[in-house]
Amino acid sequence: MPHPQTWLTVRSEGLFCAPGGFFIDPVRPVPRAIISHAHSDHARSGHDHVLASPATQVLMATRMGAGAFGSIQSLEWGERMRVGDVTVWLAPAGHVLGSAQICMEYQGSRVVVSGDYKRTADATCRAFEPVGCDVFVTEATFALPVFQHPDPLDEIRKLLESVALFPERTHVVGCYALGKTQRLISLLRQAGWDAPVWLHGALIPLCGVYETYGVPLGDLRPATVAAKDALVGQIVLAPPSAIADRWARRLAEPVVCLASGWMRVRQRAKQAGVELPLIISDHADWPELLATIDEVAAPEIWVTHGREEALIHAAEQRGIKGRALRLVGYEEDET
Amino acid sequence: MIAFGHLLERLVFSPGRLAKVALIRQYFATQPDPERGIGLAAITGDLKFAAAKPGLIRELAASRTDPVLFALAYDYVGDLAETVALMWPPRATNAAPPSLSEVVTSLQNEPKSALPDIVAGWLDASDASVRFALLKLITGGLRVGASARLAKTALAELGEGLQADDIEEVWYGLKPPYLPLFAWVEGHGERPDPADAPVFRPPMLAHPLEAQDIAALDPANYRAEWKWDGIRVQLAATLGGRALYSRGAEDIGGGFPEILAAMDFHAVLDGELLVMRDGNVAPFSDLQQRLNRKTVNARIQTSYPVGVRLYDLLFEGAEDIRGLPFDERRRRLEAWYARTQPERMDLSQLIPFDTVPELAEKRLHARAASIEGLMLKRADSAYVPGRPKGQWWKWKRDPLTIDAVLMYAQRGHGKRSSYYSDFTFGLWQDDQLLPVGKAYFGFTDLELLFLDKWVRDHTINRFGPVREVARGLVLEVAFDAAQRSTRHKSGVALRFPRISRIRTDKPADEADQLHTLMALVE
Repeated sequence: MPHPQTWLTVRSEGLFCAPGGFFIDPVRPVPRAIISHAHSDHARSGHDHVLASPATQVLMATRMGAGAFGSIQSLEWGERMRVGDVTVWLAPAGHVLGSAQICMEYQGSRVVVSGDYKRTADATCRAFEPVGCDVFVTEATFALPVFQHPDPLDEIRKLLESVALFPERTHVVGCYALGKTQRLISLLRQAGWDAPVWLHGALIPLCGVYETYGVPLGDLRPATVAAKDALVGQIVLAPPSAIADRWARRLAEPVVCLASGWMRVRQRAKQAGVELPLIISDHADWPELLATIDEVAAPEIWVTHGREEALIHAAEQRGIKGRALRLVGYEEDET
Repeated sequence: MIAFGHLLERLVFSPGRLAKVALIRQYFATQPDPERGIGLAAITGDLKFAAAKPGLIRELAASRTDPVLFALAYDYVGDLAETVALMWPPRATNAAPPSLSEVVTSLQNEPKSALPDIVAGWLDASDASVRFALLKLITGGLRVGASARLAKTALAELGEGLQADDIEEVWYGLKPPYLPLFAWVEGHGERPDPADAPVFRPPMLAHPLEAQDIAALDPANYRAEWKWDGIRVQLAATLGGRALYSRGAEDIGGGFPEILAAMDFHAVLDGELLVMRDGNVAPFSDLQQRLNRKTVNARIQTSYPVGVRLYDLLFEGAEDIRGLPFDERRRRLEAWYARTQPERMDLSQLIPFDTVPELAEKRLHARAASIEGLMLKRADSAYVPGRPKGQWWKWKRDPLTIDAVLMYAQRGHGKRSSYYSDFTFGLWQDDQLLPVGKAYFGFTDLELLFLDKWVRDHTINRFGPVREVARGLVLEVAFDAAQRSTRHKSGVALRFPRISRIRTDKPADEADQLHTLMALVE
């Protein structure tokens, strides 16, 4: 049984599976790519052939236009496919709509590449399913014991309390367009906020995709064209780059909020000029990373990007071999 | 403790004063006694724990966490209390998070040896925000950007028609958890009677004298004094004690024990705290060496000897004379001073003048750095708290100006949160620019739009929230005085710098040299 190290290697384009002839989430155009999810640092344009989950395929087409790829093929959850000499299937990763772990079997050994993932419940995407394997390739965005995401509904309650305390101001929440936006809206609805949620133009198109996949988001309105008065006491979502910048001048004395796992650390929040940090993340926190490593029971983990040192240290204390892949090109920042 | 933890969290991130007041007010309105009173004491800095120290936190961290992981986490977070608060691995417990009063009582009364277990138990029962508040309480540096004054403002808003000054007038001598104070503010208790305590009396303030006001001045009705460049203080010495207050009601006596020692009398006085050597007033930068200290050692006391120049007498003995006209109070002040001869104090001299132009002439020739300008007080003015119209005027010296080059800009807060509105500027030394100061006011809204756009269009570097810009924009900066400073690389610090003009007409290499500014240092 060949060790996965011999058939899954790091190249400058990204992780390469030689017997399958494909790359995973390559950062440069390649002939064959398997894409874990539709975030722009993982799903780039220009590949000749792409394999992804159906939702990822739709999200990619919406973001980049259909002409950004040669052919694109979708694979249902658990559906097995032969690619070269490798058997490939996708398992839900719980990160955003359509996000997948890429499971590969070759000559009796199995590797699972997690992509980005989380374990916290999320009404907007399929929950992570652990798959036992010989090597688990994991992200490590929040791999420090200080990162322990609180209950997201409690964070949303903080936001609603602030809206009640400052009714004359507009609360503008920084969040990225794919995943975080829809999750925030969904959490707001769960917390009983039935009022319209106002959106920056960049956040609108992907909300439509979510609704076609059966994620109800309620009354959404464009904030860019709204009158300032209409936004008093309201909640506006916008990309992080816009919340404290010129775009936000249309808002009534905005309370600048940012929804991100980084908000757990004060200095990060202060530097971003955030007045109300909301610790809501689409990545696994430290306990989730450790729990996942335990569940998949792989004797070896590889860490793609993030704070690998701490995670490898913790894995080794559990008798699991750890290896840093140091893949480059994936955003440090989840925002 | 949960509510207090959340309050601290919001305060840390809220830049605006109004927002902070609203948050604290909300806390007072929703928390029961005695919790809210202890919260108030935590913010005003009136809680002291002798046995709980940062070392305790290190020990606790070492007992519960892996040293490698702790080191990595601390390196990333950069703050001990925060690192421990965030990564604390709680042991399962049925205990509820402790109340603030429980925490304070235990920290004050339990022996040092018992504290590690007690604190660990609290941390187990709390979430990260409560743990952070707990640990900050123990290390004694809340640093939430909320002053005692702000907390008192919020408390006053809890009542009907109360101001922060009303709180100050009863504050002295009250102890946490301030039950009678809250009862009075909320209208179901008697006003706490400060009796003989040396309470703070809200000071009378002056309006700036504008050009159009000058013509209307009748010299016969006004008295003139120099406006000294120190800090305005109130000396309160009563049968109940002695206190030295800043203009903002902060009790600063701990930093100036020699002044307290000299207050061997029974009176309330208004004056200017100054560093004085042989009767000469030293620059404000000397006084700065004495400010913001809770205690002071003998060396500093000798190097920066302080005194008070007296402006006014508010109480003589127990007699409140604030209702008397200025002339009458002045007569009483002079008589009192002659009789009492207090150490470290002298009288602010009245400046004789017959006409306004004569006074203007005197103002023009007063170039000593220690003089900010003139004060004009109506001869018949009673001592009224606040800033009553037409009673007192401050007539500041014309500002000095330099033409400096914009170097860095940072975004402001609140209404200015999207605008680059904090500017760092520099002067040339040979072909190098050295930063000499920062200014964030003085410009109009239109000028701000221009500056914001200019910064965005000429950014050459970013450091977190700061943008470095190309050396291309000259700003005329007005300031009240230039003083030598060891804290600044340029060796000089400006008093009240503000942007008075944008000099788009002037090339950057024609901006002023540093030595031009150094020549203005007095």
